[in-house]
Amino acid sequence: MTKGNNEDIKILLVDDEKQFVDTLAERLAMRGFSARVAYDGPQALKAVEEPTDVIVLDLRMPGMDGFEVLRNVKKSNPQVQVIILTGHGGDAEEQTAYRMGAYNFLKKPMDIDELLGSIRMAYRDKLENAMVAVSLAEGGDFDAARDVMAEKDILAEHDK
Amino acid sequence: MLASLKTKFFDAFGHAFEVPDEVSPERYRSLRRIMTWLMVAVSVTPLLLLTGINHAQYMRTLEREMENPLYALVRKSQASLELFLGERASTVSLIAHAYNFDELTSGTTLTRVFMALKSEFKGFVDMGLVDDKGRQVAYVGPYELLNADYAKQPWLHETQVKGRYISDVFLGLRGIPHMVIAVQRMEESGRTWTLRVTIDTAQLEELVASVGLMQDTDAFLCDAKGVLQTNSRFYGKTLEKLPLSLPPRSLETTVRHISDAEGTRLVAAYTTLAGTDLTLMAVKPATDLLRPWTSLRSELLIVLCGGIAIIVIVSHLLMKHLVGRLEASDERRVAAFAQMEHNQKLSSIGRLAAGVAHEVNNPLAVINEKAGLAQDLLSMDGDFPHKQKLIGLLQSIESTVERARSITHRLLGFSRRMEAHQQELSLGEIVEETIGFMERGAKNRGVSITTEGFGEAPRIVSDRGQLQQVFLNLMGNALDAVADGGAIAVRCAAADDGGVKVQVSDNGKGMSEEVRKHIFEPFYSTKKDKGTGLGMFITYGIVRRLGGDIDVESEEGRGTTFTITLPHMPPQSAGGDA
Repeated sequence: MTKGNNEDIKILLVDDEKQFVDTLAERLAMRGFSARVAYDGPQALKAVEEPTDVIVLDLRMPGMDGFEVLRNVKKSNPQVQVIILTGHGGDAEEQTAYRMGAYNFLKKPMDIDELLGSIRMAYRDKLENAMVAVSLAEGGDFDAARDVMAEKDILAEHDK
Repeated sequence: MLASLKTKFFDAFGHAFEVPDEVSPERYRSLRRIMTWLMVAVSVTPLLLLTGINHAQYMRTLEREMENPLYALVRKSQASLELFLGERASTVSLIAHAYNFDELTSGTTLTRVFMALKSEFKGFVDMGLVDDKGRQVAYVGPYELLNADYAKQPWLHETQVKGRYISDVFLGLRGIPHMVIAVQRMEESGRTWTLRVTIDTAQLEELVASVGLMQDTDAFLCDAKGVLQTNSRFYGKTLEKLPLSLPPRSLETTVRHISDAEGTRLVAAYTTLAGTDLTLMAVKPATDLLRPWTSLRSELLIVLCGGIAIIVIVSHLLMKHLVGRLEASDERRVAAFAQMEHNQKLSSIGRLAAGVAHEVNNPLAVINEKAGLAQDLLSMDGDFPHKQKLIGLLQSIESTVERARSITHRLLGFSRRMEAHQQELSLGEIVEETIGFMERGAKNRGVSITTEGFGEAPRIVSDRGQLQQVFLNLMGNALDAVADGGAIAVRCAAADDGGVKVQVSDNGKGMSEEVRKHIFEPFYSTKKDKGTGLGMFITYGIVRRLGGDIDVESEEGRGTTFTITLPHMPPQSAGGDA
């Protein structure tokens, strides 16, 4: 459990199972991560308006489901990394999620260290993307910069 | 119209067409019987009808052939008889009008005239002159008939009424059959007298006979009362009663079928001679002409019977063949339906299991997080009584969650789509690898594992990892089933369409029918101490996803054989929701 720099990662947990998501937030907090919580899709979209690095997103939720949230987030904030964490993890869902730009696909119940590892990697990738984008933008290649921010290359990698 | 006819037909014959609904040997027997008879009836009916029509037409032709000569005979005889009688009547009439009473009664005039007559015409016997009182006053002829009294003779009355008369044949005063031609003369002076001649009936017979009678044909004259006027060949002498029923009088030549007293069928042609009461009749037995028909009929019967026999045999064989094929196809359909039902059942079970696994994951996650949080909290606090015990309990909860997780994830693995891991592969290699995993365990227990036929087996395109899982499951089960020193055989053979068939057999304890039926269902395990009961369920799912099929045969105490068939290529939409 390392405190300090971990708090820099702005995490949003989205799940309609309050018991699960609250406990998870508490456990992350104990490990030095500050995580906000949303219990449904609309709440999640509202929460993304504030600076967010990584979203941990459930798929099956009443009203707006995880895929819809993912689509909206990738449209409005393409640089935000989304990790899917669901109990309904079939291969079909996994492929769809990757195609839509998810960073990782985890199945419940999971080990917390596994989740943390995934969050850290997602955050690091986001930072790298941002740095590449900045350097591209400095070089005047704004289109490429935008592509990197929207992770188009990464998506292409995943699709293969 | 057609529909209502059909309905009526089936209403009327419905009971004959009743076929049991269930698939049973009886159903096909009755189906075959009904169809055979229907086909025989449909084919034989026109044949019989045709034969019947042919028969009737032939009979009609035969009858005509029989009737026509008889008809011609009667017409010819009629002409000559009418001429014979007409000539004589005219001549007598001429004499009666050429001479008067006194001339004919005086001297030898009558004799002279008669002689001239006889020299011109045959058949005259005698000639006489009868006065108005019926007494014969002059006579020429062989009998002593001068002054004979004819007042009471019917012919005289007829002559007085009609003026001219040709009588029937009768015995008369002389006691010999003869016929009379008489003409009445009424002189200007008012004197009335009658000239009569008699004609020998033998002349008539000669005339009738001269028309060319065939052996079995009879021709004769008879009067209105049915008394023979000439000798008949078969039906009696002159003046005897004809033993046949007399047909109605007809001036036209008519042909009729009659029968005699003994019931023999006869053909009769007859006509009434003009100016007389005489009927000319020709008779011929009908049976004789039927002889050609009888011989033809036996030929016809042979052809008919042969035809019917062929129809029956062909119908029988054809229907046997057709119904046999129908039965076979029904059986195949039933088997396919059962297989489909079985697959569908397993597929629903699979979906249900996957659904349950999904739903269980969420509560499991909550338990997991709660236990995790509790552990986190405990690790931050200092020592207190039972702390280690509590940590142990929480760890036990976590490991149990992990166990549950492995079950749900395996279940979900069953419903997974296939990934793009397909490659051309050799089953022999996979099987050898699998055997490699189990070799040690098998050796320790003295179990032999043999392979057969993999060298010649075609290569197929499939998923290597999934197939390894399948063989691992099947051979693991086989190893569990056999006793120490048992044997496991893996055989491979080419299947249809370039696919392969692999059999994994053991000589172990086998399984009961009940177990065999449920072997592919999830959580159905016979190994109470170990295993989740998902092995065969997952194996089944994989094989189906690879486009193959799996089947099991088993006998308790003898062993079990699993048979897998795999296609040359997996189906295009590999996977599905099995």
